[in-house]
Parts: sequence; structure tokens; C-alpha cells
Amino acid sequence: MSTTNTIYNNGKTAELVKDDSTSSASKSVYDTQQLNLWYGDNHALKNIDLDIKQNEVTAIIGPSGCGKSTYLKTLNRMVELVPSVKTSGQILYRGRNIFDKDYGVEELRTRVGMVFQKPNPFPKSIYDNIAYGPRIHGIKNKKILDEIVEKSLRGAAIWDEVKDRLHENAYSVSGGQQQRICIARALAIEPDVILMDEPTSALDPISTLKIEELVQELKKDYSIIIVTHNMQQAARISDKTAFFLNGEVIEYDKTDTIFSNPSDKRTEDYISGRFG
Amino acid sequence: MRYIEHDNVVRRMNGRNLVNKLFKSIFLLATLSALLALVILLYQIVSQGVNHLSFDFLVNYASRFPEQAGIKAALVGSIWLMLVVAPTSIILGVGSAIYLEEYAGKNRITTFIQMNISNLAGVPSVVFGLLGLTIFVRALALGNSVLAAGFTMSLLILPVIIVASQEAIRSVPGELRDASYGMGATKWQTIVKIILPAAIPGILTGSILALSRAIGETAPLIVVGIPVIIQFLPKGVMDTFTALPMQIYDWSSRPQPEFQQVAAAGIIVLMVVLLLMNSVAVIIRNKFEKRY
Amino acid sequence: MGQSVQEMIAQSKGKKNKKFVEKLIPVLLFLIASVSVLTTIGIMLTLIVETVTFFTRVSISEFIFGTTWLPFSNKSAQFGVLPLIVGTLKVTLIAVIVAVPIGIAAAIYLSEYATDNVRRVIKPVLEVLAGIPTIVYGFFALTFVTPLLQSFFPEIKIFNAISPGIVVGIMIIPMIASLSEDAMSSVPKSIREGALAMGSTKFEVAMKITVPAAISGIIASVVLAVSRAIGETMIVSLAAGSTPQFDGDFTGSIQTMTAYIVQVSKGDAGYGTTIYYSIYAVGFTLFIFTMVMNIIANYVSKRFREEY
Repeated sequence: MSTTNTIYNNGKTAELVKDDSTSSASKSVYDTQQLNLWYGDNHALKNIDLDIKQNEVTAIIGPSGCGKSTYLKTLNRMVELVPSVKTSGQILYRGRNIFDKDYGVEELRTRVGMVFQKPNPFPKSIYDNIAYGPRIHGIKNKKILDEIVEKSLRGAAIWDEVKDRLHENAYSVSGGQQQRICIARALAIEPDVILMDEPTSALDPISTLKIEELVQELKKDYSIIIVTHNMQQAARISDKTAFFLNGEVIEYDKTDTIFSNPSDKRTEDYISGRFG
Repeated sequence: MRYIEHDNVVRRMNGRNLVNKLFKSIFLLATLSALLALVILLYQIVSQGVNHLSFDFLVNYASRFPEQAGIKAALVGSIWLMLVVAPTSIILGVGSAIYLEEYAGKNRITTFIQMNISNLAGVPSVVFGLLGLTIFVRALALGNSVLAAGFTMSLLILPVIIVASQEAIRSVPGELRDASYGMGATKWQTIVKIILPAAIPGILTGSILALSRAIGETAPLIVVGIPVIIQFLPKGVMDTFTALPMQIYDWSSRPQPEFQQVAAAGIIVLMVVLLLMNSVAVIIRNKFEKRY
Repeated sequence: MGQSVQEMIAQSKGKKNKKFVEKLIPVLLFLIASVSVLTTIGIMLTLIVETVTFFTRVSISEFIFGTTWLPFSNKSAQFGVLPLIVGTLKVTLIAVIVAVPIGIAAAIYLSEYATDNVRRVIKPVLEVLAGIPTIVYGFFALTFVTPLLQSFFPEIKIFNAISPGIVVGIMIIPMIASLSEDAMSSVPKSIREGALAMGSTKFEVAMKITVPAAISGIIASVVLAVSRAIGETMIVSLAAGSTPQFDGDFTGSIQTMTAYIVQVSKGDAGYGTTIYYSIYAVGFTLFIFTMVMNIIANYVSKRFREEY
């Protein structure tokens, strides 16, 4: 996938080239600056600064209630579905602040796919699940949709398992397969980033393994941010890891460093299982 | 010293168990008496009406002579009434439910609308008749037409449809909404493509039950002035008409005992219509068993 | 695919349309939702305006305190609403006597004793009872219950308060039973198990734990059912008669508020006559009665809601 995207920022036009093999590693997808978030009076995210790079898997770990899921949902502004949410600070997605007034959430979410904790296919056929995104965004051509569906299911490594039952209800397959269908559904609009909110927490070990392998595969084309409560998982699949505690980023570094040589005592306590 | 003598407890237990059994039987009898009432009611009506039931009864107009009296005008009239009530009440009811569940903020206006709906559900149907008489029949000059009666009935069953639709919409899992929004779908796209399809069985079941209430309601029709003796069929929604319960009411209140049988036959027709509607509701409920 | 999906999305038309629709729909739906509010306003206005007209012809004190309802007399028409209220209350009283014990007993049986299989049979029966049109109940009262009563008590007339009262009672049993059962089954199982584990019988659990815990819901269900009985029209129109009486006799013909409205509507009370306006005054009275009942039911179920 090598496309040229034109984005507008403060009236200026900026050219942005994706998947440029020489500089991709250093390119920033999400640059979070001084982000604060409140649920009513509850200060859930405090002064978050986080720079997330392209074509990497970034894991976010931390005990429950630390704000890791909230942060993930802020990245595509899903968090705003909760009434009484307030934010301050900014998150630059590809250089543009996602909280800008004229930045439509739909536009942002078209660029940023999301996979949820529990597999949540729509109660429709597998085909219609995958075609949902392209269709709502105006792609109606049957032939193109067929191609997108196949490509997405292949991309999610589930094509061979479901190709003969595309028109069956998506709930007729196993939980692990449902989750890969949900990943395929997210892939169907060829997003730039995929957010994953504990995608394997409801799955058995074998399905979990398949999803983890898939994540490794997907990072070639996508930038992936994954929230997980499973530290081994973070260690296995991510390039960078951020450790959240009580709404703050305690430490953010290369995954190897975090797990072998954390600089903060609290990180060390958490990864060695002393709390959480 | 011990406060509870085990032997005493055991001795008293027999009595307590007896009381338990006695009351269990009393409660069961009370429950069965409701069932008995239903059986007697159905038996009475069928035994009185079955003799008068025939094909002629369905295709004849009302008559002064009991043996010639038929239900054609009322049956067709009730169908006409439903043709107005069903779309009106379902559009208004589902629309209101979508607004309340998906758009309305948690504020005083919403609370007020919600409270208003539950109060409206408690207003006697005869009072809705007075509303229909004043607003639709007279102020809007619709006369005693299918339209005037249909609008009146629609408002009468509106609260039922709103509440049923709200429940159906509320029972759609939040994860489906999240998934749709996560794909960049707008709110209305999410409602039309995800929420309504998932809620449709509940909405339809509730709507059919509400419509079957409307088809059996008599009082509002009497108050808006729907006539009984009609020897023609309505050709449009502005025509006057009569309906099944009106016809049954008229036959029931006549002094000749023969008309009691005609009334019973009319009731059988009405109950069969209701039975058909309710079976459709049950079939829908079973067919769209929840899959998430 | 020559193009990427994102490019196709960017090119697809209707972006502007989408924004417009998203803005328009909530407004449209709000208008639809306000129909129910307009209905209430319409009912209130209709009743108030026409009742005010009525009171320009008949004094308020005659209406509220008068004990004679004689609207059709040409020379000396009298509009004292009390006989109609008394008629309504007679029927309601009988209905309550029939429905409250049976309804609550059925609710206790369903929530405390019945197995799932039994519940699966009884609940649909109650639903069917609740779904029978009132005109059918009226026919049943007139052609079965009244003759049955007469065979035991010959002094009962063809039109009376007892027969429609009993049948209105049968009609509201499902309401009391199912609403009370809802209230009782929302009492957590753990509380019941706690009592059973101490050696209580099921009857003791029902009487000392479940019913007290669910009492607000039970009371609310009874109040709502009473409101329903007061507003019931067809049963009383067919079986209770059309003779407004200000006395304590249940065996003879009476008239309720609702039956009066039907009686006038059936006939040709010309638009603009005092009789025409009188149905609004009676309707308003009826509306106030049922409204007060609904408010009480709401208040009871909110105010005394148990916290588990």
C-alpha cells in the first residue's frame, strides 16, 4: 500500500508519503502532547506525552483502571461516546490535531481501524460484515466489494477457513474466528493505524496465538497500537511498550528495555508481578 | 442454656410445613381460577357463536334480520383502519424511540417526554376518543372517516409502541454500536444499518401487540362517531366505515336473543383476527432468535 | 483494484449530503418524539376548553356536589356528577375485591412456587387474558355472568354493578399478577436462599421476605389496575346499565362516567348542546381520577423502591 495522502493543517498543505522504506521507522503516527482527560470529576488521564511510530507494534500495559483503554479510545475519539468526557492537550495524528473543530470524527475513524475486547461482528453474514465499512463510505460496486472482502479476509488470515461460508451469519463461527473477522472488517477500509483493545482477552490460547502471529504479519503494512493486560503478550509481539499507572505514563521505551531493564521501580514491580 | 431447642423446632416444623402446603394450594387455585375464567369465556363464545358462523356471515352486510346479518363491512373496515394505524403509529413510535434512545441527552426535556409517555399510557381510551372527536373529526374536519379514527387509534397505542421499541433498541449490544462507529460510520448510518436491523424483531413484536389492541378497541370509535349500520365498503381513507368491535357492540346491545348469537359469531371472527396477528408476532420472535 | 480503498472513499460522493442528513435527522426525530407531548397537551386543552364552556351553563358547585344526574330532561336537566362517580366506584370496588386477592396470589405462586414449566403455561394464559378486547368481556358479562348471578340471587337485575364489576376484575387480574410478579422476581435470589438456609418454609419466605421487599411494586400494580378499572368503558356500557344512581345498591342498574360518555356519543347530542359539553366535563373528571391514580402509582414505586 503506497498512497500519497494530502492532509490539511492550519490552511497549509502538507505532503505526506507513507511506507517510504528509508524513513518509515522514524515517522510519527500519533504524537500525544500533554493530554488530560476527565470522566466527570474523575481525572482519568494525566499529562500524557507519547510519540507513536509508524509500522511498529506499540503495546500499552498497566493494571486495570490505569487508563490504558481510555487512552486507546481517545486515539479515535471513541471515548467521546461516554457522556461527560472532557479533554485538554492535543493528539497529533499525522501532524494534525484530532480535536480540531473541523476534523470530523468519521474521517478520523476511516483512517484508524479498531478491534475490540470481545469479538463483536454484526449479526449479518460474514460478507456483509467485511463490506460494511466500504459500503457506508460509498463503495457500491459489487466486483470491487468482492475483491475487498477477499483481500481483507486473506489479510486477516481467515480466508481459507470461511471462503465457502461467506453468506452465513458471522456468529456461526468460533470466537477466535469471529475476532479475525473483526480484524478483517477493520482492514476492509485499508486503515493507516489499527487500534486493538485487549483483542485476545476473550479467546482461548490457540486463537490467541493466531491473532498474535497475525499482528506480526500486519505490522508490515499498518501501525498497530495494542492494549493488553497480558505482559507476556506485550513482550512477544510489540516493538515499544508504554506502562500506564493511575492515568500516567510511567515509562515508554523499547519493549526489550522495558522488560529487561526498566528504569522505574514501579514498572519493575508491575512486570515482575508484584501488583496488578 | 440454649435458646433453641432442636426437638421443639422439629415438632413445630410439621405445622409450618402444613401451612406452607395449604397456602401453596390456595395460591395455585387462585392462579387456576384465572385460567378457568379464560376457558369459560372462550367456551361460552364459541358455543353461542359457532352456529351462526358461515361463509355467508363473512360476505354479508349487517341486517335487521339476525339470520341475514353479516360482518363484511366491519371486517373490511377494520382492515382499512389498520392500513392507517399501522404506518402512522409505527413511524411515530419507532421515530420517538430512536430519538429517546439514541439522540436525546440526559436532561429535563427527555425526562419530561419519558414521563409524559408513561402517563399517556394510563389515559383511558374513551378520553382519546374525546381528543379525536375534537381535533380530528371537528377541528381538522376529517369527519367520521377512516383517517380520523385511524389517527385517534394511532395516538392511543403510541405509548405502547414507543416503550416496546425503546426496549428493543436498548437491548442491542453496545459493542455493535462501537464497532460501527469505529469504522467511521455516522450516527444515522449506525442506526439504520446496525441498530434497527438488530432491534427489528422486538419492534415488530411490540407493534403487532399494540395493533391488536387497536383492532379490538371500541370506545374511541364510538366517541368519534363511527356508525354501525353501513351497507357499503370504504373506497378511501376519507370515507366513513365501521369496524369489528363496533359491529359486535351493536349486536350485543340489541334485545333479541338471536342477535346475541350473531354477536358471538362476530367475536369469534375478531378473536381469529387477533390470534392470527399474535401468531405472526410469536413467529417473528422465534425466527429472529438473538444470535449475539 | 487499481485504486486503494481509501482513495475510493475519498472520491465517493455524498459527503456533503451525509453532513446535512446527520443534522436534519435529529431535528426530525425530535419533532416525532414531541407528538406524544402534543397528544397530552391536546387532551388537556380539549378537556379544559370544552369543560369551561360547560361551566358557563352549569355551575361548578352543582356539577361537583349535585346528587342528581338527569341530563336528558328537557325541563329540569340536572348535572350533578356524584351519581356517575358512585357508579364508577361501585364497579371498581367489586373489581378490586375480585382481582387483588387472585392477582397477588397468582403472583406469589408464579414467583415463589411454580416450576419453569408451569410458568411457561400460565404466563401466556395471562397474556391472552390481557389481550382480550374489552368488548368481548362486556359480552361475557351480559350474556353469561349476569344470568349466572341471577340464578343464585334472583333480586339482581339485568343491569347491575356486580356482574360488570366481577368481569372488570377478571380483566385486571393479569395486570396485577404480572406487575406484582415482576416486582417479586426482582428480589434477589440470594436473599431468598438466605432465608431458606435458615429453615424457613417457602410460605414464610414469601410472606416475610419477598412480599415485604416487593411491596411498593405490588401496591403500584394495584393502583394502576384500579386506574384501569375506573377508565374501563365497554364492559360497563354493556352490562351496568344507564341509570345514574346515588345510593349504595349494587344489584340494580347504574351508570359510570365512561358509560355516560358512550351513551351520549352513540346518540345524536347535537354539537353545541349542554349535553355535548357535559361529556367533556365528565371526561375531565375521569381524566383527573386516572391521572391521580397513575401519579400515586409512580410515586409509590419510586419512593419506596427497595435497595438491594
